Amino acid sequence: MEKNLKLIRKDSLEKLYNHLSGQYKIYAPVRTSAQKVEYRYNPDFAEVTFDHVRSTLSVKNLVFPKVENLLFYSNTKAETTFAGIDTNKFQDVVLWGAHPCDTAAFNTLKSIFCWDINDGLFSKRLEKLVVIGLGCKTCDEFCFCTSVGLAPDSLKGSDILLSSVKNDNYRAEIVTEKGNKIAASCPELFEKYSGEEVIVAEVKQKFSHDLVTKKLASAFDHPFWVENSLRCLGCGACAYVCPTCACFDIQDETKGKNGRRYRSWDSCGFGLFTIHTSGHNPRSVQSQRWRQRIMHKFSYMPERNKSLGCVGCGRCSSGCPVDMNISEQLEVLQRI
Amino acid sequence: MSDFEPKIVAFVCNWCTYAGADLTGTSRIKYSPNVKIIRFPCTGRIDFMLLLKAFANGADGIIVSGCHPNDCHYTSGNFHAKRRWIMFRELMDFMGIDMNRVTFSWVSAAEGAKWAEVVNATSVRIKELGPYVSYRELVNKPVEEEVRNE
Amino acid sequence: MNNLVERARELLENKTISVIVGYEAGPTGIARPVFITDPSKADILICDERCVQNLAVYLTKPEVRKLGKTGIVATLPVMRSIMMLISEQQITADDVVVLGISSDRKLLDIPDITVMQGFIEKSDLGNPQKDKELLAELNKLSPDEKFAWWQKELSNCIKCYACRQSCPMCYCTRCAVEVNQPQWIPVQSNTHGNMEWHILRAMHLAGRCISCGECGRACPVGIPCHLLTMHLTDQTHRYFNVHAGTSDKMKSVLSVYEPGDKENFII
Repeated sequence: MEKNLKLIRKDSLEKLYNHLSGQYKIYAPVRTSAQKVEYRYNPDFAEVTFDHVRSTLSVKNLVFPKVENLLFYSNTKAETTFAGIDTNKFQDVVLWGAHPCDTAAFNTLKSIFCWDINDGLFSKRLEKLVVIGLGCKTCDEFCFCTSVGLAPDSLKGSDILLSSVKNDNYRAEIVTEKGNKIAASCPELFEKYSGEEVIVAEVKQKFSHDLVTKKLASAFDHPFWVENSLRCLGCGACAYVCPTCACFDIQDETKGKNGRRYRSWDSCGFGLFTIHTSGHNPRSVQSQRWRQRIMHKFSYMPERNKSLGCVGCGRCSSGCPVDMNISEQLEVLQRI
Repeated sequence: MSDFEPKIVAFVCNWCTYAGADLTGTSRIKYSPNVKIIRFPCTGRIDFMLLLKAFANGADGIIVSGCHPNDCHYTSGNFHAKRRWIMFRELMDFMGIDMNRVTFSWVSAAEGAKWAEVVNATSVRIKELGPYVSYRELVNKPVEEEVRNE
Repeated sequence: MNNLVERARELLENKTISVIVGYEAGPTGIARPVFITDPSKADILICDERCVQNLAVYLTKPEVRKLGKTGIVATLPVMRSIMMLISEQQITADDVVVLGISSDRKLLDIPDITVMQGFIEKSDLGNPQKDKELLAELNKLSPDEKFAWWQKELSNCIKCYACRQSCPMCYCTRCAVEVNQPQWIPVQSNTHGNMEWHILRAMHLAGRCISCGECGRACPVGIPCHLLTMHLTDQTHRYFNVHAGTSDKMKSVLSVYEPGDKENFII
């Protein structure tokens, strides 16, 4: 299929941003400290940065918010009434400048949330999302997208993918119909692309995910898990910063006669994640929980959801307080 | 001054301050009606989280009151409470949560008049400080997901 | 450094201990905890300025305890944590062998808890210098400014509990937040709930925190939550003239009282 490639000049980029933020909510990366880049709603263009390898948190918040109301209830003497969420009120959002690992993660999340039953809240949020991806010019030692079947210039999940070319200009590849609509709304900003060379980071492949998946099929009882998980603290940092982790907890909060039910992020790394009402905990030891994390992402998901549960963004490793470096562990794993 | 009527929650111990408040009533001493009294067996039982919950649920001011040192019905509950309040106030000051809105007192079962003074003084002070708007705004702050849908 | 490796090897070889908890350098150069049971692997132990994690957090983990008597590479904060854990009867002095490390990264001879106590008492027990400066900066702000500052920081909290999990003194098998009768702290992350969580944690650590700063370091979103616990460490010393982790017989300040405790706010 023929690629739809355009050139966006440096000053056109700002015009495009302002054009979009006039009509939609924009979620864009902003540098909040020397070490941190975070995505925020509707920053000024001057605050937006494209110089990050990764933001601290992923952008899964757009489709899987850290807290999301499911329903509201109200008790009277006679009855309990419920009110659901009107997904028609969900607004359009443009995700501005997400790297290919983060954009591919939307597909992965979809394979979970729409696996057998369609999660209405997730689907509507994804439907209302336009993704403007940003190809990677640089990477660091935590990146491993090329080990999980992705690449620093992958189109997966992007509606338009921006890639750096010389003179601070960008090549825009229009991937989907959504992307086409955006380009058609301001065609003067999308100029003819004359083959300018695209700057793409070189991400060394660290392991083969096919081999890892194959090894995992028979690695359940291997001592690897105990040996390599002793330093894991059992916090939720890796699951929460991960763009593809989708576990959630459901809670009811009641005040007087009214209440709401919501879901919020949860992590399989927590000690009490699998505790039963009886008190039995099938994953009472950290090695079992670490094994679950790896096997879920690299064995169970490929088998059942037909998609790998990891996009190689490296947030888990760079955010982990004790350097549980997932790509390092998988390199070891594929040799067992 | 506006007609702001502060909501004050009082966490009191059963054996001293509650009895003292009772005495205020039986002595027909009038005092500010803004206070809602919550009875505990002892000040040692008062969890610091309860104060935060009071503010979160709309209190503009708080009174914490119990037996004088050495008079605790359970011997030492108020001593433990005193240490807890010392640390809690320091933490609250550090975070900018307004401890001027919290009165700590020792009111014995015989001090009906003192209870009235404590409540009246607190009520006047909270009226001057106004409603605890900044805390309420914190509690009602929408999460990002809701902001997105505005 | 060689002394540490030799001592570790020796302890493992003569089976004084079953496992050494120390630091190794990972492939990206980051120092991280390591657990060595094989004496021939002792040479991966490092102890340089990268080694700041508080390893005492592993002493209460059942996975580590069941390996047997533990040798632990211990800088001053780790030693104080060990002392706290002994004083709170979570471990006994016989459960550990301390491989003490001085502030200039030399191996110390710590044959028993009494010697460790002596070393701790001679050390600087105040908050780390850069945190002292941060605390001083914050204390200059007005109450409203402080409130706004903490709200801004705590709005970023995602409730991952890395702060809790990295703290050696947070060893409760069921934390207050994991209880729903009562539900003190909402499960979700919102600024108010996050603030309540950090207040609760700081208060539960009041008088017990030894200012290792691990909580702030562990936070994946960079919240300086260690300033809350360190502030109370300062207040513990100011009001009760006590430093946590200086004696195995010490009771933590909120478990005890002195009738003469001074305050100026109770009318």
